[in-house]
Amino acid sequence: MAQTSPGSSAPSGDSASIELHNDRDAIEQLQQRIADDLTRLNYPKASLFAVRLAIHEAITNAFVHGHKSVPATTPVKFQFEVNERQLSICIEDRGPGFDPASVPDPTLDDRVEATSGRGLMLIRAYMAKVQYSKGGRCLEMQYLRPAAKA
Amino acid sequence: MAGSDSRLRVKRQGNVTIVEFVDRNILDEANIQAIGEEIATIVEEMQSPRLLISFANVDHLSSAALGALITINHKVRGRQGQLRLADIDPQIYEVFTITRLNMLFQIHPTTDDAIKSFT
Repeated sequence: MAQTSPGSSAPSGDSASIELHNDRDAIEQLQQRIADDLTRLNYPKASLFAVRLAIHEAITNAFVHGHKSVPATTPVKFQFEVNERQLSICIEDRGPGFDPASVPDPTLDDRVEATSGRGLMLIRAYMAKVQYSKGGRCLEMQYLRPAAKA
Repeated sequence: MAGSDSRLRVKRQGNVTIVEFVDRNILDEANIQAIGEEIATIVEEMQSPRLLISFANVDHLSSAALGALITINHKVRGRQGQLRLADIDPQIYEVFTITRLNMLFQIHPTTDDAIKSFT
């Protein structure tokens, strides 16, 4: 993993700003770091599933779609901050951007058997906040710790 | 049957071919492509395939994996076969529900239930 900043503004939290390449091991290392953070902060197991899936889909979208027309070696900027209340992530690619509103709903009857196009929907399903900026190049998403069951 | 570098475990029970995944995470694009091609080869070797895919060992899957399953479903239907899914963790089943793919696939709680469902 490249250019990891020594993070942690809160004693039990973690944060980093990373130039992330499309490298399976680097991506898994990042996923594991965040999973370890969530575990240490006592997030429930369901949170680990949701966060891993959303991060995977967001990184895949950034490299496969966002970087379709840029050299394969181009990294994306991945920033995250996690504490006992929430996880905030920002992924910025170096591609031309896109219009998120142009992505069709994959659950429509004429799309449900399509073999792609579900990543953004899954991100929206599991994250509390999903927002694109910079012409679709920058995805900000936020996961909130689920309320404890009474 | 699956080779030594296969990401699948394949076995036969009666006239049903049962496929299980070696990996706990079905996320990586290259792995998914390889898995999809391997299952496609299995399907193409059979007349009217009866294929059961078990997710017993799977903790995570991605939207690309869902796409591969849809492609497999098309291939099975194209050969007048039947596809069943089983042993899906509740969190993964939720992904099928969110995407409405629980309506497309025949999903059963266990492998035994799925085997009984073939006609």
